[in-house]
Amino acid sequence: MGLELSTTRLEDAAKWAKQSKLARIPEWGRKFSLFTYPFVTACCGMEFMSVAAAKYDIARFGAEFPRFSPRQSDLLMIVGTITEKQGPALKRVYDQMAEPKWVIAFGVCASTGGFYQNYHAMPGADQVIPVDVYIPGCPPRPEQVLDALIMLMDRIQDGRGHSQLRLKRDAMIRAQEAQAGDGPGE
Amino acid sequence: MADAQSLKQLVLGRKDVQDLSDNEAELPPELMTVNMGPSHPAMHGTVRIVLTVDGEKIVKSDIQPGYLHRCFEKESEHATYTQVFPYTDRLNYVSPMINNVGWAMAVEKLMDLTGKLPKRAEYIRVIVSEMSRITDHATCIGASAMELGAFTPFLYLLKAREWLYELLEKVSGARLTHSYARVGGVSKDLPLDFDADLTRCLDRIDGVVVDVEKMLLSNKIFYDRVVGIGAMSKEDAIKTGCVGPIARSCGVDYDVRRDFPYSVYPELEFDVPLGTTGDCYDRYLVRLEELRQSARILRQCLKQIPDGEIMSDDHRVALPPKKDTYNTIESMIRHFKHIMDGVRVPAGEGYAFVEGGNGELGFFIVSDGTGRPYKAYCRSPSFVHLSTAGQLIHDHYIADVVPIFGMINMIGGECDK
Amino acid sequence: MSKQVVDALAAKFPSAVTRTGSAHGDEIAWIKRDDLVAVATWLRDDPAMAFDSPVFCTCIDWLDYRPIGRPVSEHWNETKPRFTVCYQLRSIAKKNRIRLEVEVTEADPRLPSLAGLWPAFDWQERETFDMYGIRFDGHPDLRRIYLYEEFVGYPLRKDYPKEKRQPLVRRDDLPVNPLKAAEGKSH
Repeated sequence: MGLELSTTRLEDAAKWAKQSKLARIPEWGRKFSLFTYPFVTACCGMEFMSVAAAKYDIARFGAEFPRFSPRQSDLLMIVGTITEKQGPALKRVYDQMAEPKWVIAFGVCASTGGFYQNYHAMPGADQVIPVDVYIPGCPPRPEQVLDALIMLMDRIQDGRGHSQLRLKRDAMIRAQEAQAGDGPGE
Repeated sequence: MADAQSLKQLVLGRKDVQDLSDNEAELPPELMTVNMGPSHPAMHGTVRIVLTVDGEKIVKSDIQPGYLHRCFEKESEHATYTQVFPYTDRLNYVSPMINNVGWAMAVEKLMDLTGKLPKRAEYIRVIVSEMSRITDHATCIGASAMELGAFTPFLYLLKAREWLYELLEKVSGARLTHSYARVGGVSKDLPLDFDADLTRCLDRIDGVVVDVEKMLLSNKIFYDRVVGIGAMSKEDAIKTGCVGPIARSCGVDYDVRRDFPYSVYPELEFDVPLGTTGDCYDRYLVRLEELRQSARILRQCLKQIPDGEIMSDDHRVALPPKKDTYNTIESMIRHFKHIMDGVRVPAGEGYAFVEGGNGELGFFIVSDGTGRPYKAYCRSPSFVHLSTAGQLIHDHYIADVVPIFGMINMIGGECDK
Repeated sequence: MSKQVVDALAAKFPSAVTRTGSAHGDEIAWIKRDDLVAVATWLRDDPAMAFDSPVFCTCIDWLDYRPIGRPVSEHWNETKPRFTVCYQLRSIAKKNRIRLEVEVTEADPRLPSLAGLWPAFDWQERETFDMYGIRFDGHPDLRRIYLYEEFVGYPLRKDYPKEKRQPLVRRDDLPVNPLKAAEGKSH
């Protein structure tokens, strides 16, 4: 019996429609109470401050308080250029976060390296950790950031963030192994 | 036990048995190594401070910058002089216009164009520089206050910063990374109604500054956290190369705008605030006063700015007028060569400096006659100030690192280039 | 006014100063490597000079220097020293500025450290070492400042390619993983 380990958007939409309202609640709760860890390095940090401040209020999306501890946060916002020297620190912070966790690459330096192509700037933070939403812009306008946040919240609701898919895949593999174990060993 | 004792002796110096107090002899405290950063809540820049602490007191610190080293020099060597402007934006990214103007002035110095630009271009450069300086100081004071727990001044100052960002966006097209200045002038003229917009903005900013002062100046919590913290003597400030608000808070009377005036600063009246003790409180006061002086300079500029060209008509730096570019082959070729090869700067070396948000920001350029710099070194004040931070946090508590680090205004992009 | 400084310097240390120059308002003095500390100490301590404040310390790599519009004699060749280390000083009281330039060869890239005279040069010299590989004798703590310890090479030298990365960490499931490729080669 073949096991489909990937999910397409159509399949997800079908599953979502069949899901009861009750099953959607955990994801709804998660998406409206994101605790951000702003991994601020560079100029995009200034735009992050603008997004968090009064005019482009990120608090109205529920993502108000930055939690500066990876153990207490679930959204890692990589704000600014990641350099090779910073790589191990970034990986460590990501590993310390508890599942489910999401990553936004804020700015074009964190997405693909930006216009820095040199011996130290990493060509994107996704060389080190998986990223869910990429925000282009140097720096992106605060409206772009809010748009990305809404996009991420849609993904969270659909259960399609990298971390959520990983958990689902691990659960499916475990279920398959349990089934395979039960069958011949009976 | 033996290891802890030897580590303490190693760091603090030899201690004889009879020098130990009763407490220490029974329970010698260990020295602990604590790591702050590179990812830390202080929004100023990414730097790693490895602290060796005795309880809460810092006995040794190792500050490790370089987590944002984006190779400004190497990238500049492969870019034309005009293509370097975006790289300079990202050096001190809270006051990007000043970096642009500094780079333009350095290239103009090598081409002997200093002082030969149209007056309007010089005034526009000063106007946008001072606006950037206000955003720099507002961000520094706001973020430092927020790190000490005062969230409201942060929101108020960021509100003021938003007004300036909107204005700067009308002028240059971008909120933060403008790339506005060009070698020989500026790229676009000021928009219509800029006078009225900026005057209204400045009036509102005055109100915000008064509010912030009321919230912080007489606030005992803020006062206790910053007075006497991170003090530096005047001689130390000079020896360690400190410039800008940090040096001025220690009493060093040095401001590039007044001592080595450039552009139209000789025609403008402004005061240079000086502090006395050099602690964080003085730095905060100096920055707030400089914010007000910048507003004063802006008001004078708006009155004095003449009409005219915004770009020098020297054929080495200016693009030909579009009418000629489209109609004559010589202008079209000149336009093409100008864009592809860059501004040709005669071979030589030179160092030009401006008063950045943090002090003397200079560019040392070595050119080889082509349109690309042979070497472009940025003398960043944040790098120098960060090197003094180790001496400033010595013998303070871990909690004092926050205001000290905040008021140094170490901008990661400028420090690590 | 800085011209008098350079003239006084040349008069006081005639053997140390190989040549002086003035370019676009900057005063420059080329100093021999062995006399650098003596000259710098005099510049700092002499009351008429009073160069109490350091500005920057950096290095120029002349490897690709072929200036356009200049005679061929000014182009770099192997007989000339490859590096020039520049120190810029300023005097807050007298409002003077001076740049000291010391030529250093590639075979022996060493220079006495001025960190003992002005503490600011501590980090600036570390940066020059990190980027160009110039060793400063007598420096209290000469190690890399911008780059990590595992980095091999001196990136601002003209023969270091701009895009040669030396990654410390990469994801395991990257399609093109330079770290894995490096491991594969070394095994």
